[in-house]
Amino acid sequence: MNTQTRTLLNTGKAASIMTKPSITQFEHKSNNDAPVKVDVKNLQVFYGKFRALAGVDLAVRENQITAIIGPSGCGKSTLLRSFNRMNDLTAGCRVQGEVSLDGDNLYAAGVDVVDIRRRVGMVFQRPNPFPKSIYDNVAYGPRLYGVRRRTDLQEIVERSLKSAALWDEVKDKLGQSGMSLSGGQQQRLCIARALAVEPEVILMDEPASALDPISTLKIEELMQELKRNYTIVIVTHNMQQAARVSDYTAMMMIDEQRAGRMIEYDQTNIIFTRPKDKRTEDYVTGRFG
Amino acid sequence: MTRFSEVLKRSGRMRSRQRKIANAFMLSLTAFLTALALVPLFWIITYVIARGGQYINLDFFTQLPRPMGIAGGGVLHAIEGTIVISILAALFSIPPGVLAAFYAARNPNSPLGVAVRFSTDVLSGIPSIVIGLVAYALIVQPQGHYSALAGGIALAILMLPIILRTTEEMLKLVPHSLREASLALGAAEWKTSLSVLFPAALNGILTGFLLAIARAAGETAPLLLTTLGNDHYDIAQIIRGGLQTHQSIFQIVGRMLNQPVDSLPLTLWKYAQQPYPERINQAWAVALVLMIFVLSINIIARAWIQVRTRRLQG
Repeated sequence: MNTQTRTLLNTGKAASIMTKPSITQFEHKSNNDAPVKVDVKNLQVFYGKFRALAGVDLAVRENQITAIIGPSGCGKSTLLRSFNRMNDLTAGCRVQGEVSLDGDNLYAAGVDVVDIRRRVGMVFQRPNPFPKSIYDNVAYGPRLYGVRRRTDLQEIVERSLKSAALWDEVKDKLGQSGMSLSGGQQQRLCIARALAVEPEVILMDEPASALDPISTLKIEELMQELKRNYTIVIVTHNMQQAARVSDYTAMMMIDEQRAGRMIEYDQTNIIFTRPKDKRTEDYVTGRFG
Repeated sequence: MTRFSEVLKRSGRMRSRQRKIANAFMLSLTAFLTALALVPLFWIITYVIARGGQYINLDFFTQLPRPMGIAGGGVLHAIEGTIVISILAALFSIPPGVLAAFYAARNPNSPLGVAVRFSTDVLSGIPSIVIGLVAYALIVQPQGHYSALAGGIALAILMLPIILRTTEEMLKLVPHSLREASLALGAAEWKTSLSVLFPAALNGILTGFLLAIARAAGETAPLLLTTLGNDHYDIAQIIRGGLQTHQSIFQIVGRMLNQPVDSLPLTLWKYAQQPYPERINQAWAVALVLMIFVLSINIIARAWIQVRTRRLQG
């Protein structure tokens, strides 16, 4: 543990996140009136003959953070990846049912997958910056969509890095390789890269599982900032994290056929304090999973 | 009942000494064999320098050969020929090799991907003289004359499997997560290949190019049947002559490529079997130049790759 970590721990701010679940860490304003941004209806995903998701329904609300929790292999990532059709890339993957973004079904015929992926950005489990400069990492997306003017790109890069709370740390070394940053900085760079194309929804697949507690805290704080402008869906194995950051929580589990199912979906404080389903209660209290 | 700890107690001391002796023996054996493996390299380098070094001078690089039995002259024709043939071979082999590697790396289990990999392995096992013979039948015979072009194509066939396999391996080493990151931003597959996979694998791919070129530059057998040799090949003269007679750039380049040329290994082979001591000495000097040429390709490649790697990793 380095000195910085220790100092932060001593302040008690970080200590609380590592000792016990604390749902008062961030101010929650789960908003039941928020419009539905992503609507999943009876979604089934198959890998070959294997049914990975068995009829999932989920209404992700706008400008809210929705956490998907559940034991390993219950289809959390599969569900998340159906939101930007990353499942298309898996050989043998088939999708039935509906995922709609602002009411438009992503799986309807004639939908441009490029357009979906611009509107639904993604941050992965391990930081995966391109082996390019910090600047080029962030500018990659805008360039894809035809932004060529230097001044425009510079503005986008600066704004994205600021939104990802990374600007102050890298503004003097934008030409350096993205790989030269620390793990936490790399992950924020990946967030900046996703923000640069101004998505409406950001998917995060265990974004902090490869990071140390301080970097994790930074990512979580950042998520609170981002939810003002974006709808966030996060998959996490870390129950405390789900409790800390999210407004809504979806609990998933596999059934007897090893297919993933949605067990319960509600406001986070309800899921963590008075869940309706016994299995959810067992899971969030750490009795299994 | 025997307990393991008792056995260990009884034999422990002896075993520890045995182990130390065995360790020392094996360590010195590996060190000795490592040194032995280095002997041929240093032996070849020092011997070639000792035999050929004294015959290298400026003329050697700037002059055409003198008639037999007359001292002096150089191997400018062979140096230029080697460069021309190598460039041709690189131009013919790199684009198809790299593109095929992208396909094979992306679709390893498709029928075509499997076929590409299998035929590459077969191709790399074909003796180079056979490739030379095929190039002779397909290019030299119909054209009616030997040419740098035919040699370039023969060497390109030789380089193709090296380029294809190294590029494919390097592309496979690029983490899957980088591809995903690019695709998740909405990039098309080709765009991802071009602007993420290719740059990420570039160092390894370039090493493959240079290794392939170094390999081809040292080949003799296919050139015997395709470029033949040409004591009067002089690019400067071809250009001068072309300009004087107002030829177009295409005609000049055509003349450069469409006539017999020499190369360093070919010259070495021819000089080494001649009765004149000057030629034999020059053969050693050619060997030295060829060695330096190939070694410097390797060294430049590695140095450049190191600079690039350092820049990428910060």
